[in-house]
Amino acid sequence: MSKATDVLTPDTAHHDDDHHDHIPKGITRWLFTTNHKDIGTLYLWFAFIMFLVGGAMAMVIRAELFQPGLQIVEPNFFNQMTTVHGLIMVFGAVMPAFTGLANWLIPMMIGAPDMALPRMNNWSFWILPGAFLILLGSLFMEGGGPAFGWTFYAPLSTTYSNDSTALFVFSVHIMGISSIMGAINVIVTIFNMRAPGMTWMKMPLFVWTWLITAFLLIAVMPVLAGAVTMVLTDKFFGTSFFDAAGGGDPVMFQHIFWFFGHPEVYIMILPAFGIISQIVPTFSRKKLFGYASMVYATASIALLSFVVWAHHMFTTGMPVYMEMFFMFATMLISVPTGVKVFNWVATMWRGSLTFEMPMMFAIAFIVLFTIGGLSGLMLAITPVDFQYHDTYFVVAHFHYVLVTGAVFSIMAAVYYWLPKWTGKMYDTALAKWHFWCSLISVNVLFFPMHFVGLAGMPRRIPDYALQFADFNKWISIGGFAFGLSQLIFLALLIKACRKEGEAVSNQVWEGAEGLEWEIPSPAPYHTFETPPEVK
Amino acid sequence: MKRLTVSAVKGLTNKLALWLYSLPLLGFSALSIGASSDTEEISSINLRPGATEISGQVYDLHMLMFYICVAIAVAVFGVMFLSMYLHRKSRGAKPANFHENVKVEIAWTVVPFLILIFMAVPAANTLIAMEDTSEPDMTVLVTGSQWKWHYKYMDSDVEFYSLMATQREQIENRFDKGENYLLEVDRPLVIPTGQKVRFLITSDDVIHSWWVPDFAVKKDANPGFINEAWTRVDEPGIYRGQCAELCGKDHGFMPVVVIAKEPAEYNAWIDEQEAIAKRAREEEQRLLAMNMSMDELMTEGERVYNAACAACHMPNGEGLPGVFPALKGSEMVLEDQHAHIEIVLNGKSGTAMQAFGKMLSLKEIAAVVTYERNAWGNNTGDAVQAKDVNAVVNGN
Repeated sequence: MSKATDVLTPDTAHHDDDHHDHIPKGITRWLFTTNHKDIGTLYLWFAFIMFLVGGAMAMVIRAELFQPGLQIVEPNFFNQMTTVHGLIMVFGAVMPAFTGLANWLIPMMIGAPDMALPRMNNWSFWILPGAFLILLGSLFMEGGGPAFGWTFYAPLSTTYSNDSTALFVFSVHIMGISSIMGAINVIVTIFNMRAPGMTWMKMPLFVWTWLITAFLLIAVMPVLAGAVTMVLTDKFFGTSFFDAAGGGDPVMFQHIFWFFGHPEVYIMILPAFGIISQIVPTFSRKKLFGYASMVYATASIALLSFVVWAHHMFTTGMPVYMEMFFMFATMLISVPTGVKVFNWVATMWRGSLTFEMPMMFAIAFIVLFTIGGLSGLMLAITPVDFQYHDTYFVVAHFHYVLVTGAVFSIMAAVYYWLPKWTGKMYDTALAKWHFWCSLISVNVLFFPMHFVGLAGMPRRIPDYALQFADFNKWISIGGFAFGLSQLIFLALLIKACRKEGEAVSNQVWEGAEGLEWEIPSPAPYHTFETPPEVK
Repeated sequence: MKRLTVSAVKGLTNKLALWLYSLPLLGFSALSIGASSDTEEISSINLRPGATEISGQVYDLHMLMFYICVAIAVAVFGVMFLSMYLHRKSRGAKPANFHENVKVEIAWTVVPFLILIFMAVPAANTLIAMEDTSEPDMTVLVTGSQWKWHYKYMDSDVEFYSLMATQREQIENRFDKGENYLLEVDRPLVIPTGQKVRFLITSDDVIHSWWVPDFAVKKDANPGFINEAWTRVDEPGIYRGQCAELCGKDHGFMPVVVIAKEPAEYNAWIDEQEAIAKRAREEEQRLLAMNMSMDELMTEGERVYNAACAACHMPNGEGLPGVFPALKGSEMVLEDQHAHIEIVLNGKSGTAMQAFGKMLSLKEIAAVVTYERNAWGNNTGDAVQAKDVNAVVNGN
């Protein structure tokens, strides 16, 4: 077996690992795998496929909204598209992509041989495709799939929905179980399997942000499970949790949903902060500015995320002092979020910057996520939120933080670590095409949404008044272009998986630091079977 | 093993990057130009100051927030672009060693906090004013249902439904779209100018949200609960809005139109409405003794059906399988006339079927039931009269 020092000397380790690698072949490799790298790959491909499926639904939405009038789909189907698009992008694309990155990277970053609970790891992935087959299958039921928005407000999702709601509830339960198992795995791995010397405050920020995310997941996914279960029993078993006629309250549904929903927002962005905090220092060739404050800021955001949920509900008729509490608490979140952005900028300041693909996506992330953050600050102001609420301004806001935020960070991560995974540099020409096409089209897609929203266009409508027509045309064109741009990414990924391209060094990027850059490229099937010593 | 470094991707020109990143900022500046332009016009890119003191305050808050956000963005992105330009490796930049600075870090925690307080004070003041529904001059009960609004004047004997007036042919692109496409109703809400009008807002089915942008009033209509909002409109005019909360299939076709009239004009209008309502009730009693012909019933029935029933049961009576049942060939429609009248009158609890007894007159219900029993090949030959409906109302 290799000794600790061997692992840190790539050539020896490479030879050693090659010798002992027994990579199973065929479909059973993937079905029965307990290897964190295989499971990471499965998660990432699953997320990408779901991204394309959810994206296809967005294309249907944008095609219908290309001009006023009903052209392509019926309103009922339109509502199914907005609903399932949201569910797939949140639970099928962004969350599994981050879990995939966690699987690949956390063991490699903390010097662990694998995740702590590898069999559960296999299970937490393999129940996901079933969950999404159930959800997608519900679209083919009589009356169609869920059409009540991804937020499934009662009583639209209870008394007024069709029977496919049962499938929706079941699939959300499975997604929740999968997320909780993934989160448990992350926490146990980080607590127990750090290499000697990898103290808490030496952990890479991606590990830190994922650790905090995992706690958020464990805290709120059961709340979501409770919400869907109450919807199920209200609809099929005669309870009245959300029905005033039976002593319930439809607004209580929203409190429960958003108590899950707001931490969920941070579940989808904290790992992104971690990724950006890994990439910016590498391409600035300078240590991350304010490491400790980054950790504390992440923890503060996570804690605050539990006391701001009702800012999604300002129009539901809360007492004015409750509205003020949630307004002030929400505004407070901008302080630690601001600290993060300032730290990234300070890291770049007086660095030695180069602009490879991961850095380009990271910079795009910082700018565009900040725009989403600033519109979020505007949305926090209750009196003006009355005007913004449920308009395209909100749609613009959360697509800036989720697409140019979370999704761009995932792309940055793939461009950053893909050479380590495959051992080959991907096609940088294709990558540039992907970046520039995505960057331009995503802004044509989402920026004018601010305008139509402020001008008064409600969200989730299949047809609109004539004054919104010009911008909607542009938004749709941007949408189609952004959708097509992702096919460039698909081509690049297929080429990369076929191991085309030039071989890369172990460090891959000149400024990269951390345990994952000290192991060979491509990363052997088993790494750190003997823990490295972190100085 | 060939080492791949920065040179491989050096081709990206930073100047191009700079220009593209500034695109969103250009958009922001377009917004501020839009904000300063003629406020009479309905802006297509910004909030509008609206028609009330409150909506003006909300607009000012919005612009204050907007300018602060632009300033923050310019400062942060400015520093970032500057370092992207100055501290590039290709210019020979050598990385510095610093990675923390307590003073700077405290500063950029405290300064944003102070900015937040600066924002929070006017926001809280406006919010308290917006939520103060005390001492209104008059009150209107606003009730949402799939997919229409009902207005009841609490101080007079006037109430009515307000349905979208845009023709189906316009939506389906067979006719040209009118100027107020999707934002026009058959009976708008009328309120007086200069008076504090309180809205009590609730719902008969799912959650709706009553929104008039020019009043800065958006309040959810929750079934089983009553929310409050208020406005005081300064200028007479027509103000248009929409339902803002997803409420099912025709959520996009549920506009709000409010006409503000001078108090004298308003009083004349409300008196007239009371008189019309009184006449309608008398007419209803008179019709009970009369029979309408089959042709009259079918013509009237088709009109009522298309206004009240076709959204769910579809103009061809086939419904939406799995969501809304078909009436064409339905057992109830073909056979049980009493049950048919009763479900139209009282709805069916636990489903989307509403009680139309309070929305339609006896004559209209008679006509629409007749229509449903004879259209689309149902051909029962039944002619239902107002007195038949009245009998069901009275429990016979």
